[in-house]
Amino acid sequence: MKDLIQETKNIRKSILLMNHRANASHSGSALSIVELLTVLYFKYLKIDRKNLKDNKRDKFILSKGHASSALYATLAEWGAFEKSFLDKFYIDGGILPGHVDMEAAPGLECAAGSLGHGLSIGLGMAIASKYQKLPSRVVVMISDGELNEGSIWEPLLLAPHLKLDNLTVIVDYNKIQSFGITNEVVNLEPLGEKLKSFNWHLIEIDGHDMMQIENALNEKTDKPKIIVAHTTKGKGVSFMENKLEWHYRSPNKELLEQAYLELN
Amino acid sequence: MRKTFINTLVELARKDERIFLITPDIGYSVLEVFMNEFPHRSLNVGVAEQNAIGIAAGMALNGLIPYVYTINPFVCMRPFEQIRVDVAYMNTNVRIVGVGAGFSYGSAGATHHSIEDIAIMRALPNMTVVCPGDPWEVSEALKASVDYKGPMFFRLGKQGEPVINNPKSKFKIGKANKIRTGKDLHIISTSNTLEIANNVCEILKTKKINAGLLSMHTIKPFDNKAVIDLLKTKKPIFTIEEHNIIGGLGSAVSEVIAESGFNPLFKRFGVNDKYSHYVGSHDFIRAKFGITKENISKNILKLIGKKLK
Repeated sequence: MKDLIQETKNIRKSILLMNHRANASHSGSALSIVELLTVLYFKYLKIDRKNLKDNKRDKFILSKGHASSALYATLAEWGAFEKSFLDKFYIDGGILPGHVDMEAAPGLECAAGSLGHGLSIGLGMAIASKYQKLPSRVVVMISDGELNEGSIWEPLLLAPHLKLDNLTVIVDYNKIQSFGITNEVVNLEPLGEKLKSFNWHLIEIDGHDMMQIENALNEKTDKPKIIVAHTTKGKGVSFMENKLEWHYRSPNKELLEQAYLELN
Repeated sequence: MRKTFINTLVELARKDERIFLITPDIGYSVLEVFMNEFPHRSLNVGVAEQNAIGIAAGMALNGLIPYVYTINPFVCMRPFEQIRVDVAYMNTNVRIVGVGAGFSYGSAGATHHSIEDIAIMRALPNMTVVCPGDPWEVSEALKASVDYKGPMFFRLGKQGEPVINNPKSKFKIGKANKIRTGKDLHIISTSNTLEIANNVCEILKTKKINAGLLSMHTIKPFDNKAVIDLLKTKKPIFTIEEHNIIGGLGSAVSEVIAESGFNPLFKRFGVNDKYSHYVGSHDFIRAKFGITKENISKNILKLIGKKLK
């Protein structure tokens, strides 16, 4: 797995540069999912870079659309589109908006930005794939704060009922949301027990350990799978880690350089 | 209209494997004909409308054509933001089918009535808004919907509406159907008031007034040309709808008139920005809101009488 370390560093640098240049928020929410996205795109998802619209492809939905910079940076690193697209994030006349527009660039499966949408859409894709006898697997990533949305619990209830073994949900449990500590805003715990009682195949992992991520994704089950990935908001940049303010801030030039030094 | 809807959908599904039916647990004794014939293309998601719309969008992204059916306010208002993002913004081929236009669910109460749906659905970019006036239009619109690009909303009546159109007419989404040609005035109706509008014309006929009737079965894209053609006759124009007069057919026609340069005698008949707190049947509540052939024809006579003075 050593080979992917460099990819995660490149993706983190892209995220920081994009947010710095655009003065955009949500750096911390993007940094917490870098290993997850890296393993997904470089190890797990079966998607043909040259035929991104092939209906047999696996599909990934980033439901926590505010972390779009991480998705864009990963897709560029993986080769869905030119890295130069990343220079056009969040700015006047840009290409990539702050929250995902499906039409913005190749490889984006779904719009996102309003929380609590992606899981139902992914569920629809999983049902359709079964009916169409497609090999497609669907992975949806949601945030911990997103679990406050009632609309998340509707598909959480239905997917196990339909026994969809082609659907995987990843919860980015970075434990900080807009107003503070996730479990102080609205307590999700005991989260694992809740999800297990809903009949999901539950796996809890360290969301920055790429071996654990890969093993969890490949674990065989006949139920829909939910991976609760314990992560660190702002992961990889010491002064951003576990800091609420980095839900909003973007690094200035000086902090960007400092972050780069740490990543190198 | 709901029987026509489901029977037509069954026919279409026999020919096209992309057609899928989703219900949030509504349609007992209506949807079974489809569900029994196509169990693998039917899905009851439980009482979860937001999920129903999101699932439909996901299916559409996979190339299917999902029809989401339930009572009108529950299909277009409860999950409105899912419709906005997953259906309209993402421009997915989802068909949103609301049964129970206006006060169709009479005694059930105002939670089940639908008087704001046209207004909110037509404000969505990419959304096509179809409000059939009789079972023939339901069937024709559904046939046209299979290969239609982009999201669609269908506002259905409930049951027992008569066929008003000549079934030999042509139907095109976005093009109004002329039911009667008028010399003295024109009535435009949408959705489930077509029968009332037709009866208004009959009453006016007994008063020697020749009234035209247009069935505006598509509210978006709106048939501006059909309205302009009526304006050119320089005769009074009246709209009839079982919907709030804010944002529905009357508003759409007003918009065309306002930018047309014509200044006709014009009046909107509909629900005057009030919820029903009445208990009673569809017809009972219609009468309370003045949506009857008698009240509307009386008012039209009064209005054109004034104009003549």
